[in-house]
Amino acid sequence: MDDSQQQQPAALQPPKIPWRRDPAVRALFFQGALIAALLWAIVTVAGNTARNMEERGIKIGLHFFDDVAPFSIPLDFFPFWSFTLGESLYWEVFVIGVQNTIIISVFGIIGATALGFFVGVLRLSPNWLVAKFAAAYIEAFRNTPLLLQLLFWNFAVFLPLAPPPRQSWTLGESFILNKAGLYLPNPVLTGIGTVIFTVSAVAAIAAIIAMRKWAKKRQEETGKPFPLFFASLAVLIAAAVLALLFAGEQVSFEYAELKGLNYRGGARLPLIAFALWFGLTAYTAAFIAENVRGGIVAVAKGQSEAARSLGLHHGATLKLVVIPQAMRVIIPPTISQFLNLTKNSSLAVAIGYPEVVNVWAGISLNQTGQSLVIMAMTIGVYWVLSLLTSAALNYYNTRVQLRGR
Amino acid sequence: MAGAVFTPIAARPAPAATVGALGWVRANLLSSPINALLTLAALYFAWKVIPPSLDWLFFNATISGGTVAECKTAGEDGLIVDAPGACWTFVKVRFLQLMFGLYYSGNLDQVWRPVLMFALFVGLMIPLFVRSFRKKLLLGAFIVFGFPFVAYALVHGEWLGLPVADTDQWGGFMLTFFLASVGIVGALPLGILFALGRRSQMPVIRAFCIFYIEMWRAAPLITVLYMASNLLPLFFPSEVDFDKVARAMIGITLFQSAYTAEAIRGGLQALDRGQFEAADALGFGFWKKSGLVVLPQALKISIPGIVNSFIELFKDTTLVLIIGLFDLLNMAETASRSPEWKGYDLEAYVFTASVFFVFCFGMSKYSQALERKLHTGHAR
Repeated sequence: MDDSQQQQPAALQPPKIPWRRDPAVRALFFQGALIAALLWAIVTVAGNTARNMEERGIKIGLHFFDDVAPFSIPLDFFPFWSFTLGESLYWEVFVIGVQNTIIISVFGIIGATALGFFVGVLRLSPNWLVAKFAAAYIEAFRNTPLLLQLLFWNFAVFLPLAPPPRQSWTLGESFILNKAGLYLPNPVLTGIGTVIFTVSAVAAIAAIIAMRKWAKKRQEETGKPFPLFFASLAVLIAAAVLALLFAGEQVSFEYAELKGLNYRGGARLPLIAFALWFGLTAYTAAFIAENVRGGIVAVAKGQSEAARSLGLHHGATLKLVVIPQAMRVIIPPTISQFLNLTKNSSLAVAIGYPEVVNVWAGISLNQTGQSLVIMAMTIGVYWVLSLLTSAALNYYNTRVQLRGR
Repeated sequence: MAGAVFTPIAARPAPAATVGALGWVRANLLSSPINALLTLAALYFAWKVIPPSLDWLFFNATISGGTVAECKTAGEDGLIVDAPGACWTFVKVRFLQLMFGLYYSGNLDQVWRPVLMFALFVGLMIPLFVRSFRKKLLLGAFIVFGFPFVAYALVHGEWLGLPVADTDQWGGFMLTFFLASVGIVGALPLGILFALGRRSQMPVIRAFCIFYIEMWRAAPLITVLYMASNLLPLFFPSEVDFDKVARAMIGITLFQSAYTAEAIRGGLQALDRGQFEAADALGFGFWKKSGLVVLPQALKISIPGIVNSFIELFKDTTLVLIIGLFDLLNMAETASRSPEWKGYDLEAYVFTASVFFVFCFGMSKYSQALERKLHTGHAR
């Protein structure tokens, strides 16, 4: 017995691994090989690029940024940064492109979220007819290419069907749609009005935040719920009314008016931008609707049954039990859809909306031949946007997602 | 008394209002006042949309003849105006061009080549759906790795000594098909490598794979195509010359490989740890472990994911329109802008959309069915 005990460790001693089969050595070797291959590829590509650029007589660099851009950008709508032919520089073209990408993405995200939730809920409607219509919408829009849809809306629907200014489609005096685009009233603030409105908006938001805190505390202590949504709405309306009372003369809405052949004034969204917004919204909404449906279906039936047996009525069951759990499933893929929408806005190049791919990777690249710098910057824009999106996603996941056991 | 037997009364039929068509209508359309209102709204919507659409698509549509005159009619004041329905004559006349591109619609004696190519493809695909067919894996491998060469030989023609149709003369649905197929076939091996690499223990390899995958996934395909058409020629010595189609194919393949890698990573993650550990315990090395134990199971789980990313790719191939290739969409657009058929772009879009819809909808239904069928308990 003593013998065997003494021998066992020796017998179990693993045979010595030859160095070429040692995992640590192999790992070192493969990683070294990858680094060497990458270095070789980078050096070769850089050499080829330098040679090719030289042959074409293009000097890589950022010197062209301060040159005047010798072209005009389509659509004269640049809300924050405007373009002047013969004066604007290349770097301003880039800024305008990024600005327009962000504008269309933000509006597209708002529209797609609203429409997507609406269609997603309809898809689950107990009404057979309504559910089938919603399903038809989702399948039709998900299974055809976005580019085709954008071309369709722009060239087959809005451009030929939008009426000339004199026969505009109007909704009251606020919304006017014609060949030139969509006109909305433009709020005009003058003098002290700006200050009063800013102050009242800040005060209203602060009041709502304080009220939320108080309502939560009261509910935890006494169990009495507080109609937070309606109270918040009331605060907002009260703030707006008060501000109007104090600064009524300084505030006005500038409506678009028909002057001669065209509408003037108001805020104008060119028809192409409207078509792009419409197309992106309709397309992305179909995907969001599927997320919404999946999220609601994913909440186990027992959850709502348990809530009902605790005595919660239908509305409270939805609000306190089903929707909070469904949102956990809905929000992560929906945030990815927001990123997809942002990336898809680059298809606008096909219908002439001046976003970053169109004016920077398209027009500016053709004019300057600086393909390396320009492509790197264009892709860089999307990298930054995508990093921001995943940061938002991770932040949401760590805060809201169930803690894993 | 002893002889009394309990005879139950036969159950009464359910109330007429809860069964049959009437019951269905009450339960599904009129269950509450709001529901009834919704039904009314939906019926009004359907009445406004469906009959005019059907009129335009079928009842008033023209498909006869071969000239634009068939689609015109005399208006009230004697002027020639467009007929009220769709002009499918346009699609009929330009059909070969929409399917196979300008080279084949111009050389009618060569049309058999793409037709044969598609017929072969369909013929090879059919056994995959036959339950009793045993060698699905072998056939599948041939379709993925062998058939592209057959297709290229047929359509390009040089290898077979046929008249050469160079890649820049390819167009229409055929080009869409080639771009998507090359994308998915080329992306598969790359995707497997990068998915395995992303789960590797070696930090440099893992970092590189994460960077590669996220780099492509963050960029929109259109910037990738711009890059392929503008930067690719710069990266190679000037003797190496890719034509436009090849550039697009390279860009699409690299782009797609990131999405394939993510789909496969999903399969790898769904696999039980025990599988990896069992392979290790058997003393398998990396390639044996991956090839014999991990990948067969992981790929099976990730097939639906791969099919879904293929559907996205199939739709996204239309983006080559922007870099000037004549895929189905661009061909339809161009045809509807030609002097003869100017103004029939709605027909062009509707036709293209229905082609894409048939394929994408079919594939997504197939992928859903596959998902149910493959759900054999491998997933955790």
